[in-house]
Amino acid sequence: MRAGNAEDRAAGAGGPPPAGPGRAGHARQKRVLEPAEIGRALSRIAHEILERTDGAADVVLLGIPTRGVPLARRLAGRAAHYEGHAVPCGSLDVTMHRDDLRLRPARALGRTELPPEGIDGKTVVLVDDVLYSGRTVRAALDALHDLGRPCAVQLAVLVDRGHRELPIRADYVGKNLPTSQREVVRVLLSEVDGEDAVLIADAVLPGDRRAGAHPAARRPGGAEGGRP
Amino acid sequence: MSAVWLIRGVRLAEGLAERPEGPGGRACDLVLRDGVIAEAGTRLSAPGAQVLDAGGLIALPGLVDLHAHLREPGREDAETIETGARAAALGGYTAVHAMANTEPATDTAGVAEQVWRLGRQAGCCDVQPVGAVTAGLAGTQLAELGAMADSAARVRVFSDDGRCVSDSLLMRRALEYVKAFGGVIAQHAQDPRLTEGAQLNEGEVSGRLGLAGWPAVAEEAVIARDCLLAAHVGSALHICHVSTAGSVEIIRWAKSKGWQVTAEVTPHHLLLTDDLAEGYDPVYKVNPPLRTAADVAGLRQGLADGTIDCVATDHAPHPAEAKDVEWAEAASGMTGLETALRVVQETMVETGLLGWAEVADRMSARPARIGRLSGHGNPLKPGEPANLTLYDPAAPREPVDPAAHASKSRNTPFAGMALPGRVVATFLRGVPTVLDGKAAT
Amino acid sequence: MNRHLVSAASLTRDDALLILDTAEELARVADRPIKKLPTLRGRTVVNLFFEDSTRTRTSFEVAAKRLSADVINFSAKGSSVAKGESLRDTALTLEAMGADAVVIRHVASGAAHRLAGWVSGSVINAGDGTHEHPTQALLDAFTIRRRLRPCEAGAGPFPAGRGALDGVRVAIVGDVLHSRVARSNVALLNVLGAEVTLVAPPTLLPLAVGSWPCEAAYDLDAVLPKSDVVMMLRVQRERMSAAYFPSVREYSRRYGLDATRMALLPDHAIVMHPGPMNRGVEIAAEVADSARSTIVEQVANGVSVRMAVLYLLLGGAEFPEESGAGFPEESGAEFPEEGR
Repeated sequence: MRAGNAEDRAAGAGGPPPAGPGRAGHARQKRVLEPAEIGRALSRIAHEILERTDGAADVVLLGIPTRGVPLARRLAGRAAHYEGHAVPCGSLDVTMHRDDLRLRPARALGRTELPPEGIDGKTVVLVDDVLYSGRTVRAALDALHDLGRPCAVQLAVLVDRGHRELPIRADYVGKNLPTSQREVVRVLLSEVDGEDAVLIADAVLPGDRRAGAHPAARRPGGAEGGRP
Repeated sequence: MSAVWLIRGVRLAEGLAERPEGPGGRACDLVLRDGVIAEAGTRLSAPGAQVLDAGGLIALPGLVDLHAHLREPGREDAETIETGARAAALGGYTAVHAMANTEPATDTAGVAEQVWRLGRQAGCCDVQPVGAVTAGLAGTQLAELGAMADSAARVRVFSDDGRCVSDSLLMRRALEYVKAFGGVIAQHAQDPRLTEGAQLNEGEVSGRLGLAGWPAVAEEAVIARDCLLAAHVGSALHICHVSTAGSVEIIRWAKSKGWQVTAEVTPHHLLLTDDLAEGYDPVYKVNPPLRTAADVAGLRQGLADGTIDCVATDHAPHPAEAKDVEWAEAASGMTGLETALRVVQETMVETGLLGWAEVADRMSARPARIGRLSGHGNPLKPGEPANLTLYDPAAPREPVDPAAHASKSRNTPFAGMALPGRVVATFLRGVPTVLDGKAAT
Repeated sequence: MNRHLVSAASLTRDDALLILDTAEELARVADRPIKKLPTLRGRTVVNLFFEDSTRTRTSFEVAAKRLSADVINFSAKGSSVAKGESLRDTALTLEAMGADAVVIRHVASGAAHRLAGWVSGSVINAGDGTHEHPTQALLDAFTIRRRLRPCEAGAGPFPAGRGALDGVRVAIVGDVLHSRVARSNVALLNVLGAEVTLVAPPTLLPLAVGSWPCEAAYDLDAVLPKSDVVMMLRVQRERMSAAYFPSVREYSRRYGLDATRMALLPDHAIVMHPGPMNRGVEIAAEVADSARSTIVEQVANGVSVRMAVLYLLLGGAEFPEESGAGFPEESGAEFPEEGR
């Protein structure tokens, strides 16, 4: 329909397409974290947060949807358990602040919900499942900027897989997972997926790997005609 | 001095009466000389004649259109008599009636003769002017019907088409008045009060699309009234562009009483329905509007059993800017001269409702009779005027291409539609106006 | 979702829920100190209003500006259109200006359809003749959901099947024949599972209303006790001269919502009106100002819904056929592979 976008898409679609469970053409899928390991990592992060923030006084945990939200809740629960007082928790959707919106159809929004005490003057700890290029976190910082003025912002992630494209680093990391860009990391959480696990897979989907392959080409009668 | 023509191996439509069209009808030869059919038979020879090999073709008497808008004088941007006549010839017509809603209206002998003369000048199709019923088509006062009848144009069909003669008294007077010279009043049946601002057939589609409805009763009520008036004064009434199944029933009833009522249907009303308006493309906007599938079925049946006497195109050319706008702003009307016979083949012959002999009756003999045109609509026999159309019903289905039409306007609802058949040649008094599907003059 | 929003009838249940759920999130922007999101920065939205409507036009303008889009207001009065320029030529001008979206309100049914064929941007129908007014229906559905199904409303984005209006009984009262609001609402409420009853004198109901996905009734008093929502439509006095009803007084007596009639409603029922109201004709002042009335919040909801529509049409990639194809859409906004 509009010239020029096929090229944009091709340029932007250089990364490996997603590999969900049961997706056709999935090559080896490796479980790198089991539920118990995930639990231990979260406990350690919770302790680290308490340590570095003097007992989580004035800390607000904000999970980035989708899976950052249950992670934040779990961390808040553990921290409250260890320290004896509640740690406020909420969610921060970053969709509207992404820098790559034009590459995909408009996505449904996640919930942004700040705890009643707000974020002004607080230490906000952003929580996400995977840290990769850092763009999601940059978008989160932008989103936060319009919501209030925290006195500090920190980042906790379950998995850091490297390949940063921006000067962003995590303060709390569950596991460092060196990966290649051909690989896909998937975090599964029982609240969303029914089980806890971290998986790595080589994503190879048919018709995807050619440079400039346009997703429309995957459908018969798509923009590029009859390619399978 | 026109050449002599020998047409070889053609099948005469009048011999093709079976339904569905069978292999019947023997091929025969025709010799055209001095404007008449000189001979008809097999293995004819005519030394020095031009020969047209008509194997596989059907010969119909030249088609007669009772209803077309040639727009001249006044709207030459849409069509002229010359371009309209050429379009008619390409559609297989040897005579076309030009409706009176021109600018100025054809309501005097002067304008009628002007239209008639322009038609003779064009030369490729007989143009018979239709006279207005009321002065200026204003519906308040009778036009000079007698003067028009006596003019060189010899007007016999009178119509305010575009508008309805809605005043009952005026319609009565008009019907009575034309008895003096054997004229006929052709009514555009549309109760104005029931159709103020109407855009589309009143029905499920119009309700959904938010377009003001044109109810069927606005046509049927006027037809009923006019049939009764015609009976009361003993005159001839012709109903233009019948569009509803209910109208067909009323006309059937009137004919059963022996009243002098005739009727026509357009090709588009035989094929198209109101759901085509869903994209709001005004190419489908026409007056009377496209209606439902039940109406299409009723109209086809009416044409098949003769309740509807003939097919008339209501050819209504419009320039692009009149159609390239919002629906409510767009002009109503569709072109039709060049596609009529193909649409009739598609809707009536291919469906087994009419044989070719009956097509000849509905598209030539009866309209010529209603229009009181003695030189047209005659059987293809020696001694009759050589007005004929050669048609190939087995031509491969070609999509209609308005850019290739001779009409100045492109507003055809059949654009891109693959229709059967092809007009191969048209002869007007022995002179070919169309050869091999192209204008010959 | 499609490239355009021309009619509510073309929305699937999933489309409608996506818009409503997105509007829920965007409604929160109104409560923030900074009422702005950067999402449509650099995009141009043109308001092409051939009919006067300050209310709807302003609503779209606020919505577009809250998403950081640039807004150009093009009103027909005193413009080249008033001098006879056709809609098509106006469309070409907008193309040349690089409009990413055109919001059109026009007096002719089908104008938005036609425009969609002439521009390469997105077309949003803000009311075309008596045909449709899709964003009105969306904000009405949004309002009903918030008031009557707060759990669904607060549930956030969920897969299809949740968050709709199943079983809600809606009565739409007034000049249905000429109402684009009624047509859009019947279509949208039906697809969201609500049960709609149209109430009007027979002259103001389309002849073919029997084929619509709703009931029709002439007796307002009988319908009110069984309604969770009453939506009053504006009645124009000019309809009287075209013999749709004998007098304003008789219309008001038989079809107006006054305090007595309001008392017939179930306790939880709400009263809606798309505006502008004819106080004293179709709706009494005390009804319009009562706690049941959602008239004021409908206005605020309009901005949220229009923000959602603008975001969903303009905020993502430009080829509509891609939505749902290829990439597995996970719930929420996360990329399956982070980054890129």
